[in-house]
Amino acid sequence: MSADDDKPISRLARLLGVLVAARTAARAAANRGHSVPRDAGGTEHPGSGIDPSKRVVPSDRRAEGLVALLLVFAAVFAFAFTVIYVVLSGDTQLLGVAVGGALLSLAAACIVAGKFVVPQETAIEDRGRLLDEEQTGEAVEMIEAGGEGISRRAMLVGAGGVAGAALLTAAATPLASLGPTLKSLHETPWARGVRLVDDQGRPYLADEIQIGSFYTALPENKDPESFGAGLLVVRLPAEFIHLPAPRRDWAPYGILAYSKICPHAGCAISLYRYPTYAPTSEQPAFTCPCHYSTFLPGEGGRLVFGPAGRALPQLPLMIDSGGYLRAAAGFHEDIGPSWWGVHRAQS
Amino acid sequence: MNLVERYVHRRFERASRSAEQRVGLAAGIKWAMRYVFPDHWSFLLGEIALYSFMVLVGTGIFLTLYYIPSDSQVVYHGSYPLLQGTQMSEAYRSVLNLSLNVPAGLLFRQVHHWAADVFIASIVLHLIRVFFTGAYRKPRDLNYFIGLTMLMLAILEGFAGYSLVDDLLSGMGLAIAYSVAMSIPLIGGQLATLIWGGPFPGNSTFWPRLEIVHVLLIPAALAGLITIHLAMIMRQHHSQFPGPGRRERNVVGTPMWPAYALRSIGLMLAVAGLLFLLGGLIQINPIWQWGPYHPYLSENGAQPDWYIGWLIGALRLMPNWELVIAGRTVIPNPFWGGAAFPLFVFVVMFAWPAIERRFTRDARRHDLLDRPRDRPVRTAVGAAFLSWVVVVFAVGSTDRIFYRLGVSYTEQIHVWRVGIWVIPIVVFFATRSACRSLQRSGAHPLRAWQGNVVRRRADGAIEVLDDSPDRVEPPMTEPPVGTVPGQDPR
Repeated sequence: MSADDDKPISRLARLLGVLVAARTAARAAANRGHSVPRDAGGTEHPGSGIDPSKRVVPSDRRAEGLVALLLVFAAVFAFAFTVIYVVLSGDTQLLGVAVGGALLSLAAACIVAGKFVVPQETAIEDRGRLLDEEQTGEAVEMIEAGGEGISRRAMLVGAGGVAGAALLTAAATPLASLGPTLKSLHETPWARGVRLVDDQGRPYLADEIQIGSFYTALPENKDPESFGAGLLVVRLPAEFIHLPAPRRDWAPYGILAYSKICPHAGCAISLYRYPTYAPTSEQPAFTCPCHYSTFLPGEGGRLVFGPAGRALPQLPLMIDSGGYLRAAAGFHEDIGPSWWGVHRAQS
Repeated sequence: MNLVERYVHRRFERASRSAEQRVGLAAGIKWAMRYVFPDHWSFLLGEIALYSFMVLVGTGIFLTLYYIPSDSQVVYHGSYPLLQGTQMSEAYRSVLNLSLNVPAGLLFRQVHHWAADVFIASIVLHLIRVFFTGAYRKPRDLNYFIGLTMLMLAILEGFAGYSLVDDLLSGMGLAIAYSVAMSIPLIGGQLATLIWGGPFPGNSTFWPRLEIVHVLLIPAALAGLITIHLAMIMRQHHSQFPGPGRRERNVVGTPMWPAYALRSIGLMLAVAGLLFLLGGLIQINPIWQWGPYHPYLSENGAQPDWYIGWLIGALRLMPNWELVIAGRTVIPNPFWGGAAFPLFVFVVMFAWPAIERRFTRDARRHDLLDRPRDRPVRTAVGAAFLSWVVVVFAVGSTDRIFYRLGVSYTEQIHVWRVGIWVIPIVVFFATRSACRSLQRSGAHPLRAWQGNVVRRRADGAIEVLDDSPDRVEPPMTEPPVGTVPGQDPR
């Protein structure tokens, strides 16, 4: 580094002296390490008696130059970051390359310096023993000595335990205020007479529902963000409709409505298989894109594939005098994922 | 020493003495500088996790300054044309603005996301290294438990982080998380409504809750555990592989100062630099393409971040079993894949040191690491268990395989339902026999070229030229009669 250093020989001599001293010291340390008694359980491996410690002091001017060059690179990249930020108002790619380049140049400088510029040393360090039974015994004695002279120990410990438990209970009680009542889990915005609208609030006419595609419906003038709001609406030809007997009049003119929320894990069902291809799929079906539970709209939402533990909840429909779709009643079971207190369909 | 160096030396010495008179750290600093790190590449995996965590904290602070934890519905009128006039939550709009309007905002968000993926990946690789080398044995079992705890927290932290955005993809993830919480027997309904402040998608207190968990509670817990993890390593010293001069009672390697410190700082900067290159050049989670979340919307072919893949795989693989007794749903289906499966995996990992002690009856302290081949049963059990989890993870991508390759989704699921039990058994026996044969042959297939170069001389004799760089025995010029080169002649 110092070009004006006019006494290279004295410098070299000093380095040599340091080297010899360090080596002697390292050897001494290693020998001390060896005299430590062997752990009874320790397994020794062949060659473990060799002394690998060494210290090499490099004098590599080219490596020093390389480090300086890499540091200059880092500076250029870092400066470029500021320029890009100001001039190009933050182009993500260029900013990333600038910061990344600066950090990687610095990293390279550090690694080159760590490998070729500073002294390279292999040292042996003694682990020491973690287990000091004498000290442990003394510590236990000291702690126990703090209770000297107490005659009614059990009473004090018991009372302390009661106080602690009561305090913990008190601390945990406010958790209850976080949750509302479970009653809300059984509620949806759907009830008799609620009109079906699209996501722009436009009511659905029964005539609009075409065979072959599915429609997402929401309750009119109710919160569309509520879990139970979304419906799947389809129209099926009579040949595909095989509803259980109590649901005969739930599908006027072949129009069926189901909760859009998968009863497995709460995703919105957004895949509809129609028209069908006879060799592989006999029936129109809804499929959830999260875990691929597949339900048949023609058979009351029966599950035919996938992990859902129950059928897709169906909403009874009716058509009002204006030709608009309305709910004929609320859901007869809970929508959404199952839980301990879920109300399942009775059919 | 020239004049400048002498001046710097004097100033440094004076400053050190002044510090010593006030806080007295010299002895500790001397000890730390002489602390020895054994050299092995696999010891750097934990360091990579540590440095990713630092990048996460740094970039995370930047993101926190712009994020608004609110589900209030607003109409978007920002700079992204395709979402003009769309109704969305304030949280999602704030992340859109951060990504598209704040200079360097997208860079920091993408670096943060990449860093989270790398953070958890390096923890998992570190855990694999610790397991297969037996580094979890006494006295490091406590630190192993802390590491497992950090892995659980890191997965939770990553999930909370990408859920905060409230885009369509993260909303679907939250719906699944809610369903898993609901599925816990007896308390599921109470637990889920307690976390979300009501039935899904929850009330407006949920968003500040999620944010405080992500930016304060879990990071603070992680920082505390990292500190304990490192302090415990320093107290016990690093474990090391057997080698020349290496014993149970010593550590052989590079002292902290100066070479190791420089190399480790170099690694830190390299990790940060690569993460910034990734964040700048490779797009991750382009949230403006997903659109806002509404409970009645979802997207097809959705995939979570990689560390959630094993959970989505488990949910998909599980048959539709649901325990219903007398009309009451006792165990809903998502419980199996979403709660019982990860719980089982972590319980096995927590219990493993005790299980192994029970079989080996070895409660001694171990500071020398095992080579995986020298413990064939442990290695085989670990590989089988790992393959079991990896198969479940792979099932998470069955829908992508269907889209890309046209292999029927339902058939894939049916095949994997068998494969999940067959593959670990095959892996167990294959690994055990591979370990035993490696033990016998002494070969190092991953370390270097192991074969011999053979040359035929002009007189027809065959000459063997050994060019394997780390072979211990002297190279052979004539193969001993009746043996295969490279094998133990006995």
